[in-house]
Amino acid sequence: MSNTSTSQALLTLLGAKVGNLARDARIELGDVVISVERSQLKDLFQILRHDTQLAFDFFVSVTAVDWMDQRSERFELVYHLMSSAHLYRLRVKVCLPEEKPEIESAVALWPGADFMERECWDMYGIVFKGHPDLRRILMYEEFVGHPLRKDYPLQGKQPRIPLRAPEVQNTARDMLRPTLVQINRRAGAGSSPAGGASNSR
Amino acid sequence: MGRDLLNVDYGAGGVTTHFRSRPLGDDLHSETMILNMGPAHPATHGTVRLVAELSGEKILDADVEVGYLHRGFEKMCEHVDYNQVMPYTDRLNYVSPIINNVGWCLTVEKLLGITVPKRCQYIRVLLSEMSRVSDHLTCLGASAMELGAFTVMLYLIQAREYMWELIEEVTGARLTISYCRVGGLKADLPDGFADKVRKACQGVRAHLANADRLLSRNRIFLDRMCNVAPITREEAIAYSLSGPIGRASGFNYDVRKAFPYSSYEEFEFEVPLGSKGDNFDRFHVRLLEMEQSMRIIEQALDNMPDGPINVEDPHIVLEPKDRVYSSIDGMINHFELVIRGIEPPQGDVYLPVEGGNGELGFYAVSDGSGRPYKLHVRAPSFIHMGVMRKMLLGANIADVVPIFGMINMIGGECDR
Repeated sequence: MSNTSTSQALLTLLGAKVGNLARDARIELGDVVISVERSQLKDLFQILRHDTQLAFDFFVSVTAVDWMDQRSERFELVYHLMSSAHLYRLRVKVCLPEEKPEIESAVALWPGADFMERECWDMYGIVFKGHPDLRRILMYEEFVGHPLRKDYPLQGKQPRIPLRAPEVQNTARDMLRPTLVQINRRAGAGSSPAGGASNSR
Repeated sequence: MGRDLLNVDYGAGGVTTHFRSRPLGDDLHSETMILNMGPAHPATHGTVRLVAELSGEKILDADVEVGYLHRGFEKMCEHVDYNQVMPYTDRLNYVSPIINNVGWCLTVEKLLGITVPKRCQYIRVLLSEMSRVSDHLTCLGASAMELGAFTVMLYLIQAREYMWELIEEVTGARLTISYCRVGGLKADLPDGFADKVRKACQGVRAHLANADRLLSRNRIFLDRMCNVAPITREEAIAYSLSGPIGRASGFNYDVRKAFPYSSYEEFEFEVPLGSKGDNFDRFHVRLLEMEQSMRIIEQALDNMPDGPINVEDPHIVLEPKDRVYSSIDGMINHFELVIRGIEPPQGDVYLPVEGGNGELGFYAVSDGSGRPYKLHVRAPSFIHMGVMRKMLLGANIADVVPIFGMINMIGGECDR
């Protein structure tokens, strides 16, 4: 609950600094929100991060909202940023189309965005270009689909995945060599290794 | 880094990992070793998998794999009404569930544009701080045990028991309490609660003094904790660290001070800061924070206002039962609220609270219906696991457990 005077001050400051980049800046329920075209996002983030009066150095979170069948551009990316020096809070919204949900990664500016962008890719299938290691994080690699999309069913079933490691080579079982087994058995059950093997069955 | 997405391969020991042994380039032609820890490992209290590339005892690279406790919290919440989300939030950080309850309630209340009565705010603060104490006690106790100080663990778990017994008395449960409601609370405090809390605080202080004596000047403990995995203030901010971990690095950020909620601005307390940001600072910040939390608890008890605990709006809070059974409009309101749920206006809102581990934020989108259209949790544990790789690089294999213990990953919150 940031107080209204701080929000108002931030809104004025944003108008002066990034007014040409943002499509729209407003206060919604006490939170400062700006919308931006996806082509402008990179420049906007540069200014937000490095401008000394703004200095949004703390990456709070990134998530997506799936507006399936309700909006022309299906995904809305929602970033939350904070400025640790000025205690400003800001929400940045970017719309992405269904066919090509791609956006520049913010990891270069905020290293903390790493896991959060991976989660967003995992849950919504948003591709963060330039992310150093964009893998699934909460689901497993073989998972099909993106579970938080609105068209993924609540109780969707996934096929079982095959065993991941078919060739295990250095477990204790693999280290039991046939010669060692034979020596043991010979001591108990006569001379032939074959006889020893049949005894043990 | 920069691995191919499809390049999942089977490394040493049948372990699925992206890492491969590589020559170290020394005269002995030795190679790095790939070590897999977890997902079920006795020394990690929580289901997390760690693959480390080792040269001798030094960690050259590491991959932290979370998600083994993923239950689809956010997906489930899109299919239930606003009050039915409450039991799910209990299972986020299950050591301090009331803070999650409070965070979710405040988020919905911000969407609705209402403020709960003063008494409700104070009770929420009181129980949040009791939860924070129990959270920190668990973290320190478990970490001390992993370093061999089993006695400390017993003392601190005993202290946690004092807190949980009282929480059980108020809420009826120890872990999955579901105590808060949108617009109020499930019930008021029981009679004689204040005296019991004061007594419990005395007990906690005694045990904390014991733990402090046993650990803070203990040579073995100091050797294991000091200068291990230091994080500077700038790194802490860049990696989005908040809560005790961020403050141990000197990042002076506490949601209770910076963005006060639920009347926190009326309480007097200090925010302990560390200087080095190593494991010992993380330990010490938590230790000092518990004393501050108990200060808040005592102030809340001293200044507890009288009055109602729920807002008076039949579209948000259930009517009292005698009205439901004796009047027609009471019955209708009850029926409407149960069937349709709370219906906040369209909009979206983000609200942070200070959780046991850091900034716990809820981002909720309402489409005007009785169910949240979208809910996202900024879970501090999850974000703090993102810095674990950085902490591990260059550390020894023996440091993995204390580093992990001081991050205090809570599986329910991290994996949601």
